Amino acid sequence: MGETPAILAEGLVKNYGTTQALAGLDLTVPAGTVYGLLGPNGAGKTTAVRVFSTLLRPNRGRARVLGHDVVTEAARVRRMIGLTGQYAALDEYLTGRANLVMIGQLSRLTANAARRRADEMLERFDLTEAAGRAVKTYSGGMRRRLDLAASLIGYPSVLFLDEPTTGLDPNARAMTWEIVRRLADSGTTLLLTTQYLDEADQLAGRIAVIDGGTVIAEGTPDQLKSSLGGEHLEVALAAGADTEAAIVAVKPYATGSVQPYEDGRRLSVPVAAAEGLTTRVVRALDQAGVPVNDVTMQRASLDDVFLSLTGHVTAPAEETSDDGERSVAA
Amino acid sequence: MTAITAELVPERDVTYERSAVSHFATDVRVLTKRSIARIRREPETLADVTIMPVIFILMFAYVFGGAILLPGHGSYHEYLIGGMLGMGLAQTAPGVAVALVTDMSTGLMDRFRSLPMSRWAVLVARSIAELLTQLIGAAVVVCVGLAIGWRVHTSAADVAEALALALLFGYAFTWVGVCLGMVLRSPEAAQATGFIIFLPLTFVSSAFVPTQGMPGWLQPVAEWNPMSALAAASRHLFGNPNPAASVHSWPMQHPELAVVCWSVALILVFAPLAVRQFRRKVLG
Repeated sequence: MGETPAILAEGLVKNYGTTQALAGLDLTVPAGTVYGLLGPNGAGKTTAVRVFSTLLRPNRGRARVLGHDVVTEAARVRRMIGLTGQYAALDEYLTGRANLVMIGQLSRLTANAARRRADEMLERFDLTEAAGRAVKTYSGGMRRRLDLAASLIGYPSVLFLDEPTTGLDPNARAMTWEIVRRLADSGTTLLLTTQYLDEADQLAGRIAVIDGGTVIAEGTPDQLKSSLGGEHLEVALAAGADTEAAIVAVKPYATGSVQPYEDGRRLSVPVAAAEGLTTRVVRALDQAGVPVNDVTMQRASLDDVFLSLTGHVTAPAEETSDDGERSVAA
Repeated sequence: MTAITAELVPERDVTYERSAVSHFATDVRVLTKRSIARIRREPETLADVTIMPVIFILMFAYVFGGAILLPGHGSYHEYLIGGMLGMGLAQTAPGVAVALVTDMSTGLMDRFRSLPMSRWAVLVARSIAELLTQLIGAAVVVCVGLAIGWRVHTSAADVAEALALALLFGYAFTWVGVCLGMVLRSPEAAQATGFIIFLPLTFVSSAFVPTQGMPGWLQPVAEWNPMSALAAASRHLFGNPNPAASVHSWPMQHPELAVVCWSVALILVFAPLAVRQFRRKVLG
């Protein structure tokens, strides 16, 4: 096809003193997609974003944004990107509108265009009413929206969102998700870092799991999940049910060996998901005279994928701010 | 090339084709406007150059002044204003530091760095805003001085020289502030460090009291303090009581030259340090 990827990283290495934040990161983000960089704290997600957005020079390797090198063509790259970091990067003392106009002009829009674009963004992010107020009076969710608006002012083709929902309450989080989906529909390429598995699952078309500064798995959420054994049925037998009879009854539907556990009171049946499968299994058990309490289809969650890949569960974010309530991911 | 369906920036709306100089001028103007907008929204930001000097002038003129005897006599009210001018200008340095540290720590500087703008414009705009702040501070000192009976007894040229020296002095301290802003990590630290540096700098000088009354070991410290040089130079050029004229110490005998030397020295030391830190942290 010869299509230029939105982001292309080859063997990126970044050292901070003796610690290696990026240890040879390779990444290809196709244009027009929402791409998730998933990893625990300290995996190198933020460092990668800082290299892509020209804030950091890599020690080795190279990165291109829409075909332009982030080191040698940094000025060109800066025209095409938008960055939303972990903390709202705004002038607290200016009004929301003044912030947007300022960023617009610094993004090389003419003064008139910056004002028009600012109003358009305020409208789009439902901030028109608060536009004349100083940002320091804004709630966390409003700041985040203004911050997103600011990163879009300059018509970026590639938008970096570094942990966009860290520290947000569940409402603001849902709203941010909604905005990300709308942006994705507009065709902007989005690189989203997150340590929340459900967030990557919900928003990203493709995911790279990174740990220790390298990509340890890459693919669509479904690919990642099915790489870990795919679906299985969980069968909970009623008290006094015949485990052996149950295994015989479900065997025709299994794609592998049926595992009884909890003293034979539960069965784990590997299956290939198909329409009406659960109903057919229930019927088969019924016909064999095995009473059941519950039959549920289970899929490997990204949590399972993450755990099996990294050997540790995703750590809850270490919050430095006093955000109060925060929804913890799956 | 790829088919990017993201909304494209209308060509007539962008200034990509303009020259680098024109871009730089725009960036400086936009960022300077930002600092001024903040002052207009929150005039109390300027408390350190407006309200503070008023309080100090009134306090020293009417509370302590009566107990301070000037060698060779003369009006303490007239003596005071030369000192206040130096304090008012040097006082702005912690403000620069706080503003820069705030931009660095909130991530705003990172946003600037991700934009196709000039990064040096951040520094230039900050120093312009600082100059405006210092002009406001100097004007406040002059007005309050006039109100308490301070008068100029010399020519317009002398007054112009005094103001030029004061602004050079203030500019030198702007670089001290920029340097602090680059080195320190939080606005609170910048505020506290500024206080620790500038309180003794102001008080161990002839800004408020003649050095003649200080213990012998402290006198040379106070006489070589840049704040004393500016105070003596201002007093000399305004024709105000200047007891330092009888002190046999080089900076007190040549206060104008001492102000220039001090200012140049401070700029030579702190500007390269600040620029180096700025290059490292901001230009990256």
